[in-house]
Amino acid sequence: MLSRTAENLYWLARYVERAEYLARTIEATLRVTALPNTYVGKTNEWDSALLTAGVSASFYQIHEEANERNVVDYLSFAPENPSSIRNCIENARLNSRSVRTALTSEMWDTINSAWIDLQEVWGKGTKSREELTKFLRFVQETSLRFDGSAYRTMLRNDAYWFSRLGLHLERADNTARILDVKYHVLLPEEEHVGGPLDYYQWTSILRSVSALTAYHWVYRETLKPWLIADLLILNDSLPRSLASCYGNLVRNLDQIGVAYGRQGPSQRHARGVRNRLEHSHMDDIFQHGVHEFIQEFISDNARLGEIITKQYLV
Amino acid sequence: MAVAFDEMNGPGSDVRPAYQELSRWLAETPPDALEYRRQEAELLFRRIGITFAVYGDAEAQERLIPFDVIPRIISAKEWAILEKGLKQRVRALNMFLRDIYHGRDVLRANIIPDDLIFQNPVFRPEMNGQDVPHDVYVHIAGIDIVRVDPENFYVLEDNARTPSGVSYMLENREIMMRLFPDLFARHRVAPVEKYPDELLSALRSVAPLSAAAEPTVALMTPGVYNSAYYEHSFLADKLGIELVEGRDLIVKNDEVFMRTTEGLKRVDVIYRRVDDDYLDPLTFRPDSALGVPGLMSAYAAGNVTLANAVGTGIADDKAVYSYMPDIVKFYLGEEPILKNVPTWRCREPKDLAYVLDNLGELVVKEVHGSGGYGMLIGPAATKATIEAFRDKLKREPEGFIAQPTLALSTCPTCVESGLAPRHVDLRPFVLTGSNHVTIVPGGLTRVALKEGSLVVNSSQGGGTKDTWILDE
Repeated sequence: MLSRTAENLYWLARYVERAEYLARTIEATLRVTALPNTYVGKTNEWDSALLTAGVSASFYQIHEEANERNVVDYLSFAPENPSSIRNCIENARLNSRSVRTALTSEMWDTINSAWIDLQEVWGKGTKSREELTKFLRFVQETSLRFDGSAYRTMLRNDAYWFSRLGLHLERADNTARILDVKYHVLLPEEEHVGGPLDYYQWTSILRSVSALTAYHWVYRETLKPWLIADLLILNDSLPRSLASCYGNLVRNLDQIGVAYGRQGPSQRHARGVRNRLEHSHMDDIFQHGVHEFIQEFISDNARLGEIITKQYLV
Repeated sequence: MAVAFDEMNGPGSDVRPAYQELSRWLAETPPDALEYRRQEAELLFRRIGITFAVYGDAEAQERLIPFDVIPRIISAKEWAILEKGLKQRVRALNMFLRDIYHGRDVLRANIIPDDLIFQNPVFRPEMNGQDVPHDVYVHIAGIDIVRVDPENFYVLEDNARTPSGVSYMLENREIMMRLFPDLFARHRVAPVEKYPDELLSALRSVAPLSAAAEPTVALMTPGVYNSAYYEHSFLADKLGIELVEGRDLIVKNDEVFMRTTEGLKRVDVIYRRVDDDYLDPLTFRPDSALGVPGLMSAYAAGNVTLANAVGTGIADDKAVYSYMPDIVKFYLGEEPILKNVPTWRCREPKDLAYVLDNLGELVVKEVHGSGGYGMLIGPAATKATIEAFRDKLKREPEGFIAQPTLALSTCPTCVESGLAPRHVDLRPFVLTGSNHVTIVPGGLTRVALKEGSLVVNSSQGGGTKDTWILDE
């Protein structure tokens, strides 16, 4: 297939996944900020929402302080924020138009109808929390529909695999970013300084990766920060964990390698990251520092993106 | 201006035979049912994404071409004449182009003045002496046809460069069949769905000799911001070929390759929807980023076929148009089946004098214009516009031709007040391959939605209709 087509499919999946993740982040933040201060402390959750979205620096270039109104607007609608939900959807639509021929009609219909419906929201914005929640739900449902139509209707060939690569790479990045911002509330008990206030931080983290129920099924325990870290980093039964994302990245890259009869640097790099995750234990990670571990992962993951681009997409 | 010929009601009091069933159906169908279907059609178009962009209109980057749900009907007998005439005309166009870029018999026989060719900006000296596979220059032609009475078809314009609109012919039919299955059941409408197959086989038939047994065909688009982008992606999909942009292609050793995830892959035939000027920055406009450096040299080496060929603009130039009846006779020794609209060439002093005296009644067009831009419709223009145009005309007479204002035929059309006659034209698509010329029975009917308007171009508020060729 054309390199540009593969590139468009890859970015299309990334943008849709990112839009969903932003919607989840905003939703979880709205929830935690609705609690009285005595439950969550005085941290500025809107500030950490910006950090997990990776747009903190650009935000503070135009705003003095982070509050619900300006952060929701910046993450959802701001045309000047290149990764606002709005721009993600616009870019996803633009990428879809460029690769119409590689999409199934179900996938095109999902993106195009969502884009049509959202034009009104871009024009008028959301007037109330209720409207905002409806909008955030809609974005998540669009991503689900898109993902579902890809899964159910696409031929299993390179087009499908490149779109999956985008999805898993973006997803790994998103989960890692939450961990990066919130790692301090996930430290083991003895190093832990937060106290009971953190309980709501933990649920908020799990909500933003839709893993709150999963946690209880996996561990059959009350929330323990180190188990949350274990779930998000190492547990490959959780679709948004780093381990699961890398399991999928390795598989999809292998499928491409087999189809093209050639392995390359991206296959090797992905396998390296996957092996490290497979052979890690939470104890060791804590010992060497969660923060360092996550930082390294984020840069490895970004590196994989670059290698894939160089090997296939240009 | 005379009262226009209405294709349903005819000149007399009887509904014309091809329209009888439709006319009955219209009488049975309540107007709001039509309106409801119209809205449904619009929704479908939007969902599928059948849009076009209007340049310089930032507010409405993607617009729908209004779709009129009342079909335009042509009888089998009328179509037979049209088909024969169109094939004849396109054959002559191809022979003319071959001649212009080779022996130039037509010039030596004084059928056309030399300077009309050599002074013409769309004449491409790069094509002199260049052979193209099977001498086909115009693989895809869109010939604009109008009628003013039941007997005659006139060619209004030949489009021999990158004619667009065929996706509407195909999509309009799909949508009509979804919305009006009953109406189809009451007619025998010739299908148009074979067009993509016919197009692909025409394109493959003109692959260069150096191509593999299974030639690789690609469709080249200027990109997603082009006004006809939807059509490009639609056709690539229907043909099952890659939709490429200039940046996807690279020329090495005079061969063209596309960049794929598995490395470079040779391309043999390019159905290009990019104008000559933008094909190759090394040959044509150096500032253009749309093209492929070296493409023309691969073309000259005979390693790639461009469809349509480079330099076909000289055949659809409006000044050359006026010579088409003579061109048909010269190459084929036959009388032209389709008429030309009488045309005054403003480059000739006698004609210019007549045109200047009668500006108020004539349509004046730019020789190189398209899309309905830059033309004067005398009867509809204000005095000031006419005077301004007169100055332009005097300054550069060779840039213009003039024609009588034709009372284009009308068809019943849904408008706010109900059904009303509106002016229409027709663009059938003629395909030429290595040894055959084919036309699927149909075309794009464009309709001027404004009352009295004669401008059917989509960029000027025109709409489209499904075109039914009855199969008797």
